[in-house]
Amino acid sequence: MQHYGILIDTTLCIGCYACEEACADRWGFPKTDVHELSSTKNTTVLTVNDAYVPRMCMHCDVPTCASVCPVGALEKTDEGPVTYDVSKCIGCRYCMQACPFDVPKYQWNSANPKVSKCDMCHDRIVAGKKPACVEACPAEARVFGTLEELKQIAEKRFAENPANYFPQIYGIKEAGGTSILYLASKPFAEIGLKGNLPDHPLPSLTWAVMSKIPNYVFWGGTLLGGIYWITNRRKEVRDLEAKLEQMENTNPSRRISNHEQEN
Amino acid sequence: MTSLLKTPLGKIHRMTFWTAVFWIIMALGLTATVIRFTQGLGAATNLSDKFPWGFWIGFDVLCGVGLAAGGFVVAAAVYIFHLDYYKPILRPAVLTAFLGYVLVVVALLFDLGRPWQIWHPLIMWNPHSVMFEVAWCVMFYTTVLALEFSPIVFERFKLEKPQKILHAIIVPLVILGVILSSLHQSSLGSLYLIVPEKVYPLWYSSNLPYLFFLTAIAVGPAMVTIESFLSSRTFRREIELPILSKLGKVTAVALSVYLVLKIEDVVNDHLWSYVFTFNLEGLLYWAEIILGAVVPIILLSYKKTNRSKKGLFYSALFVVLGFILNRMNLSVTSIEHYTGAHYFPSWMEISITLMIVALGFAGFRLAVKYLPVFPKEKEANEPLSKTFDVVEFIGDKHEHTTVLN
Repeated sequence: MQHYGILIDTTLCIGCYACEEACADRWGFPKTDVHELSSTKNTTVLTVNDAYVPRMCMHCDVPTCASVCPVGALEKTDEGPVTYDVSKCIGCRYCMQACPFDVPKYQWNSANPKVSKCDMCHDRIVAGKKPACVEACPAEARVFGTLEELKQIAEKRFAENPANYFPQIYGIKEAGGTSILYLASKPFAEIGLKGNLPDHPLPSLTWAVMSKIPNYVFWGGTLLGGIYWITNRRKEVRDLEAKLEQMENTNPSRRISNHEQEN
Repeated sequence: MTSLLKTPLGKIHRMTFWTAVFWIIMALGLTATVIRFTQGLGAATNLSDKFPWGFWIGFDVLCGVGLAAGGFVVAAAVYIFHLDYYKPILRPAVLTAFLGYVLVVVALLFDLGRPWQIWHPLIMWNPHSVMFEVAWCVMFYTTVLALEFSPIVFERFKLEKPQKILHAIIVPLVILGVILSSLHQSSLGSLYLIVPEKVYPLWYSSNLPYLFFLTAIAVGPAMVTIESFLSSRTFRREIELPILSKLGKVTAVALSVYLVLKIEDVVNDHLWSYVFTFNLEGLLYWAEIILGAVVPIILLSYKKTNRSKKGLFYSALFVVLGFILNRMNLSVTSIEHYTGAHYFPSWMEISITLMIVALGFAGFRLAVKYLPVFPKEKEANEPLSKTFDVVEFIGDKHEHTTVLN
């Protein structure tokens, strides 16, 4: 199945915050003037160097959060969104620690806390609708579609208005690729998008180690068993020799008689 | 002995002091516990969205698990390598490890946002997750430690049949324990492999799992050494110096290999500029390398210091402090640098940790008092570590001597 995604064109964003309000409506969160991601704000519009920069979960192709979650509470769905299942979550917050985009937020002041992040309105997508923020956007700064469609739209915009754009798409290769793609008028670092991410999915860093574990258990167990066998045998021999020596020392006459018998 | 009888008053004063400290810690800890579980992590801790892992993960879990590594190191030496001279320290080492792991689980119950679901990894699997693996290893290894420790309980209550069963399965059990330990000790380092751009370069390494494993091997025996000195003081039980000297050599070898890997990192990852930048991170790095690795390697390699009580005690202390510094540097210092947010644990985080540690001391004391943990014939002739005026928890020395004798 072709993954869906959202193209965010920061050159078109007018900073009206309609997306924030639509998102708050959908989640039942309060509407505030604090424009940053939080446990009650799953999308926001930041102002960085005079540019409006909408932010939300990047919905990575190979999500770090889903990889690190010990109970699989986070999942990359077939449609593209990365979803969170609170009924599985144990609250270890490894997803927050690991997310390369620092997206998941926590309900710190709840005794029954949840992780909070955008799910690209997974239920709406399944029902054939657009995500709420895209639907609310009056400026075409958020466009919904399959990743192929979004890349074509981006290329088209580059071609039509080359002067307006820094001619790259953020999210094609970052951390192995994301389902949220960005366009900007200047290099992405200048609008606060992280530049030092590797081009490969981050989970491959841990999988390199994790995939060795079954072999390690097998060979480690065999090796330790072998060491036990050898040292045990040595100990037996040592004990026996000590015993013999003791017998010889305490009863030298018997040794002689044995010797004589052999002759 | 005589010195004790001479100063009963001073002794009582000290006992009351530590008893008071214990109960103050418990009171603060319990208050913090109530706040933590009624109002959430935010009310009790200085954790935030920018700093989701703090003191409880950095100290209680990363350090706690490492400091309990003596259990598997000594069990492997005795059961798998048949190094019989380590036998006298097997029981105290296994007891410390068992208590240590139980306390780590208790700490996790505080740190997890939804602790009532702590068992979920049993049925909800994600084999890609390092945390999943750590969860399994810690669960199984705690069980293994309970079984490794159980002969002491069986012996105390003269239960012969279970003793026989345990005796029959102890070798495979210890092998399993060693595998589980080496896996999760190293995996605690692997937790950070996935955040290369967040960890400060001096502490990030593709060798993190090996570095964690080596430091665990180094710090386990060091903890056994420290414990032995404290115990000899409090319980009148002495562990023979030659054993501790040999343990010291284990530590020195593990630390030397560790140091080689750390140098390899600097060379391979071109970290020279970071190493010689004397900012906070750079200074903490040097402190960790010199005090936690170079100094103890030297102390433990020289015959004079390796064979003296003082030399062994101080080297072990350096190793433990260096180890704690290393774990805190990775989990707090380097993440602070990344987020730009400052983090210092709240009084509630600290007092809950202190409460957990105090419970560990109390548990150790109770176990030593009522169970045959230390070998009977090895009674100290004189207060071993007279010079080290350290922890003497809620209790009366006399009581111990009489009970144990």
